[in-house]
Amino acid sequence: MNLFTKIFAGLLALLPMLPTVAATTEYTLVIDRQPVNITGKVVDKITVNGSIPGPVLEFTEGDTAVIHVENKLDKPTSVHWHGLLLPPDMDGVPGLGGYDAIPAGERFTYQFDLRQNGTYWYHAHSGTQEQEGHYGALIVHPKAAGPVQADRDYVVVLSDFSEETGQQIISNLKKSPHYYNYSQRTVGDFFADVEKEGFKSAWQTVSQWGQMRMSPTDLADVRYDAFLVNGKTNQQNWTGLFTPGERVRLRFINASAMSMYDVRIPGLKMTVVQADGQYIEPVEVDEFRFAVAETYDVIITPEANQAYTIAAESIDRSGFALGTLAPRHGMKGPAPEKRPRSLLTMADMGHDMDHDGDEMNHGDMAMDHSGHNMADSDTSKMQSGWADASTPEGHKALQYSDLRALEKQQDQRPPAREIEVVLGGNMERFIWTINGRKFSDPTFEPIQLRYGERVRLSFKNTTMMAHPMHLHGMFVQLENGQPTEKLPNKHTVNVPPGDSYSVLLTADEPGEWAFHCHLLYHMAAGMMSKVVVAEYNDDLPDPVTTPASDMGGHHDHH
Amino acid sequence: MTIIKINLFIMVFGLFITNAFAEDIHKDHGGATYHAFWLEAQHGGGREGDKSHVEWDGWIGGDTHKLWLKGELEGHKGQLEESEVWALYSRNVADFWDLQLGLRHDSQPESTRYAVVGFNGLAPYLFETQAHLFVSDYGDISARLKQKNHLLFTQRFGFEPYYELNFTAHNLARQSLGRGLSDGEIGVKLFYEITRKLVPYIDLRYERKFGRTASIARNVGESEEDWVASLGIKFLF
Repeated sequence: MNLFTKIFAGLLALLPMLPTVAATTEYTLVIDRQPVNITGKVVDKITVNGSIPGPVLEFTEGDTAVIHVENKLDKPTSVHWHGLLLPPDMDGVPGLGGYDAIPAGERFTYQFDLRQNGTYWYHAHSGTQEQEGHYGALIVHPKAAGPVQADRDYVVVLSDFSEETGQQIISNLKKSPHYYNYSQRTVGDFFADVEKEGFKSAWQTVSQWGQMRMSPTDLADVRYDAFLVNGKTNQQNWTGLFTPGERVRLRFINASAMSMYDVRIPGLKMTVVQADGQYIEPVEVDEFRFAVAETYDVIITPEANQAYTIAAESIDRSGFALGTLAPRHGMKGPAPEKRPRSLLTMADMGHDMDHDGDEMNHGDMAMDHSGHNMADSDTSKMQSGWADASTPEGHKALQYSDLRALEKQQDQRPPAREIEVVLGGNMERFIWTINGRKFSDPTFEPIQLRYGERVRLSFKNTTMMAHPMHLHGMFVQLENGQPTEKLPNKHTVNVPPGDSYSVLLTADEPGEWAFHCHLLYHMAAGMMSKVVVAEYNDDLPDPVTTPASDMGGHHDHH
Repeated sequence: MTIIKINLFIMVFGLFITNAFAEDIHKDHGGATYHAFWLEAQHGGGREGDKSHVEWDGWIGGDTHKLWLKGELEGHKGQLEESEVWALYSRNVADFWDLQLGLRHDSQPESTRYAVVGFNGLAPYLFETQAHLFVSDYGDISARLKQKNHLLFTQRFGFEPYYELNFTAHNLARQSLGRGLSDGEIGVKLFYEITRKLVPYIDLRYERKFGRTASIARNVGESEEDWVASLGIKFLF
């Protein structure tokens, strides 16, 4: 056969496939346990198609996704498609919406239509498998040219890596909740405070935390052996190439189990164009705080013929996930400067009513802690320690209030009801709750929504940790102070410590949906709920859930 | 021995019953079973000769219901002076508090069984607190209060001040105890956490008997107080 007939035969063979190729994109994911060496020590971890993270799955909007998942583990597994709109039995949460875990040694085929485009990801929803490597990026390209154009396009998956197993980590947290906190307050810190602000003030701080039986250093529950960029350690230096002057799209995905970051690229402005896979009006920033499970797409335009460092610093300042953008391989940008660790304040416990309002929409949802047994002297002047990222003067850090949907929201109805979602917990016992209950509690009640109704979810965080709350199956709209038609869509809403935040939701996807804190061990400890969207007869009791008393050291008074 | 056997039996049984729920989605989110056991061993001496002490304290269970096992062995000049083994049902009743019910079996100084009721938890200012009331099979009533705190010089090196007080409602000639506050100790452990699970320490403590118990001791020519310095090691399982 000459070359021409070969090509002809090849095209002929492809011909019958063409209509199918256009409509269906098929992948096979093999979930296995394998020895991996990431930190220098060989440990057994979970791989997807042999790697951590798993492969980047790419689709086109309008396609049908067919994904075969082969479970080679010795226990059940699952894959959840984080942020995708799909039928509940394809969402991948075992026991919810008609989906069952994939038993050991068996195979399951997911099939669903892609009704959206953007940057998403996938991960296990079984035990602590996500921590151990069972995660990856999922990109849906727009059918026609989308609103964002770039010369290069990179996925930047951030994750936290431990040599321990997820089961060991949660067992240790249950034995001793401060197990991984090596930044606790010391006697020396106390005397330093006495010197700085006087005995009275220093003692007052110690005494307030002591009475609450809490610690101002609880920024992160777990300390990790490494933070990874696309599965690579800082030494392995993931590198994305560019030619100076090009527009480069970076699709940041925080696939960490427990770690939040402040992300910056020293020397470059980032133009944020998508949040959680949804287009927003471009906003130029120097850095953004990156909660677990969120995604942000940014455009950068490096002009200089030099290497730049992608620096994602964990908010407890225990380390960085570092990557490089460079004109050629083998280059490394300057090491970023380590920022100070912030300390939680009484403001992070909701004892501060005097917010500046530039950051969050508080509205009439401010918490009333007047009944709390606090020496509530001049705490109103205190600033939140959690929100303090030590952003340099003149630099712009992205705020939720900056997010404006690119296109007009379809549903602009005001909410018909308000559902309170109290985030509670007890750090000393590592118990985490929603509306005072763990998912495992016999008294647990799902949140019931009438199909098609518009509701407001009002988060009230009574704990000293931020909780990235993720609703499956539907996007919520942040009530971030923007006009109704411009409210941004999110699948994950980070609710800062001691704060309140509200979102709107159109209950237009019938079925059972998981609703949980995306800090893996908070979810495992019980911080999970279920949203049920269905047609209810009107004689059913009104499904508004009234929160029960909070399990935590903190009580809500209302 | 019997109590130890019972302890083992309950532990194994506990593991069995909790595994039965392993596959449930609700149980997987807040309903799992965990455990924590602290084991301490120390040896040292005071004016009254050498003293050894072994203590274990731990639990297995969920957030609400736990099986709590603890015990203490105390040796003095090569003799086993005190031996206690406890098995308690521990139920979370408030944010920081568990109500506990169970049994305590002593083989030394005399073989006695006690019914136990008490609290275990975290008092304001992070004082780990144990308060228990005992009724012996002779009908005697006694009580014990223990508190300790955990303070750091550095992230691994720190100190743990603690005290223990024992009370009895009767004069108990058998145990050389007088009514009221009978004895107590106050001390401090200087520790270094090599890991959270392996913690060597130096223990310095002052022990003394009070009131009638002190007089009883004086009458038989025993000292009513002692200073003890020991080296110890603590494990977390």
